[in-house]
Amino acid sequence: MTGNLGRTESIALLGISGTPVIIEASVNDGLPGIDIVGLPDTAVSESRKRIRAAISNLGITLTSRRVTVNLLPGGVKKVGTAFDLGIAVAILAAEGLFPAERARGIVHCGELGLDGRLHPVRGVLPSVLAGLRSGFTRFVVPRANAAEARLTGDAVVCGAGNLAEVVNTLGGHVPVPLLPAVESVDTDALPPAATHDLADVQGQDDARHGLEVAAAGGHHLLMTGTPGAGKTLLAGCLPGLLPALDEEAACEVVALRSLDGTLDVSAGLDRTPPFEAPHHRTTAAAMVGGSKPGMIGVFSRAHRGVLFMDEAPEFSRDVLEALRQPLENGRCDIHRAWGSVVLPSRFQLVLAANPCPCGAGIGSSSRCRCTPLNKRRYRNRLSGPLLDRVDIQLELMPLGPADLHSAQPREGSAEVAGRVAAARERQTARYRELEWSANAQAPGSWLREAFEFRRSETAPLDSALERGVLTMRGYDRVIRIATTLADLDGRNRPGADDLLSALLLRIREGT
Amino acid sequence: MDTKTLGRRGELIAVEHLIDQGWEIIATNWRCRHGEIDVIADDGDSLVFVEVKTRTSARAGHPLEAVTAGKIATMRGLALRWLAEQPEWIPRFRIDVIGILWNGGRPEISHVRDAR
Repeated sequence: MTGNLGRTESIALLGISGTPVIIEASVNDGLPGIDIVGLPDTAVSESRKRIRAAISNLGITLTSRRVTVNLLPGGVKKVGTAFDLGIAVAILAAEGLFPAERARGIVHCGELGLDGRLHPVRGVLPSVLAGLRSGFTRFVVPRANAAEARLTGDAVVCGAGNLAEVVNTLGGHVPVPLLPAVESVDTDALPPAATHDLADVQGQDDARHGLEVAAAGGHHLLMTGTPGAGKTLLAGCLPGLLPALDEEAACEVVALRSLDGTLDVSAGLDRTPPFEAPHHRTTAAAMVGGSKPGMIGVFSRAHRGVLFMDEAPEFSRDVLEALRQPLENGRCDIHRAWGSVVLPSRFQLVLAANPCPCGAGIGSSSRCRCTPLNKRRYRNRLSGPLLDRVDIQLELMPLGPADLHSAQPREGSAEVAGRVAAARERQTARYRELEWSANAQAPGSWLREAFEFRRSETAPLDSALERGVLTMRGYDRVIRIATTLADLDGRNRPGADDLLSALLLRIREGT
Repeated sequence: MDTKTLGRRGELIAVEHLIDQGWEIIATNWRCRHGEIDVIADDGDSLVFVEVKTRTSARAGHPLEAVTAGKIATMRGLALRWLAEQPEWIPRFRIDVIGILWNGGRPEISHVRDAR
């Protein structure tokens, strides 16, 4: 019986997590044809037509019997064209083209063309990562995806150009057609967003400091200021200040890009934090992602990096409210008609807003003609619960001639990044063996317990809490910022001064 | 040889093949307005409706591949019509498919029992 049974492995992806799938093929008496069972979607069901054509175009004649392909476990939804290769290999193993046991334990992934060539698919890297986690070490992927699959280093990857090559490495003898392999992935990767250097920023010393604190502690940031004050420029400096991603984070980012089809592997494992600046008319569905399986949103594209929302009050209310879950939990739990998926989306949020609809309502010589009602309506678009989650709130004053012509050279990003890195190291040491690694994620209760503040130190905070200027969540956020301030200064415990400066970074004046 | 003659010869070969196996042929080429059943036979155990498909070569695919699920469903409908015309009650029946590759005069027979 084992003679006409073939078996190999593949991975079913859901978001960036994958489940190992066993592909079984059995050849039995019956009318010729291929049946695929085990919860396949349309693309997987269609694969039998591609596979039949590919196999016969390689000059292989299948025995005229019934082939039943089973995808185990039956409860997991199988989506997409990446199962083609695994199904073809299982069928050919069942047909006895090579010793059937040789295909076992090898994860196959790839889309078949009608000529038997392998075409690249999305999500190869997350598949490989999931396979490694499940204990598989050998992977066969389309040649165009091989570089991507090798990014992790641990996997033994075979990049095949053609189904015939795969069959021959498994011990078959099939003439390999003289077709050039599909070598490149059509990536939608955009050139990396131009990151600016802090040296380009004129004036705005308070904002520069605020940005440094945000970078050092991973705090969310809101900048309010007139058009032209340098909000966009400052936000563009942030990725340059952040420390490079560690191996795990970089793998997550690359896995998400692979799923999105925007991965560029030419530079190896990219360790720069992502920077996403969506247009303010972007819909909530596009931000969250998951409208269809395998689709990720802007929140997930900014995972482990920076999400910059310019003109934040202009975003639709749905989008702003959708921010809450990723801000709190670092992920989006999405439930749709097609199923459920969890997309990682732990980003640092940078919001930029004008002080009022006309943009001039700040500073001494205000030319603003907005009515108080208009101003309030504009400001209220950013809801209280959202602003409560934004640690640092800065006001940018319009530039004066003195700022422009200042002779004193500006500090560049590299110097600031050095201080940020030192502060991050301090945090890593403090939170060793804990679930979080940056001040922005540290629970307030843990910090309060660790630092044992005296009454005299927290007096300004207590009175702000009493007056209702601070919520309890805001109180904890002030402590977090204070901790970052101390880290930047090279001290392990924030003092009364730090708490007071932190309070000033947190509360918007004049609102 | 045109397809009609080929089909006719294939059916004759199929009938011979069934008789060799000791089946009793009840009818051949039974027609009604909905279609035709090539062979109706008794294999000693149950009544069998047989569809015969003949092709000169496997270039356009094996003859068995041309028998689709839709064709089997039509056969089932025809079988029920034939059964309805019979005076006595027939407790069970099945549908078989015989594919014949002509191979230039050395026919190759494949017989699928209980096709679904």
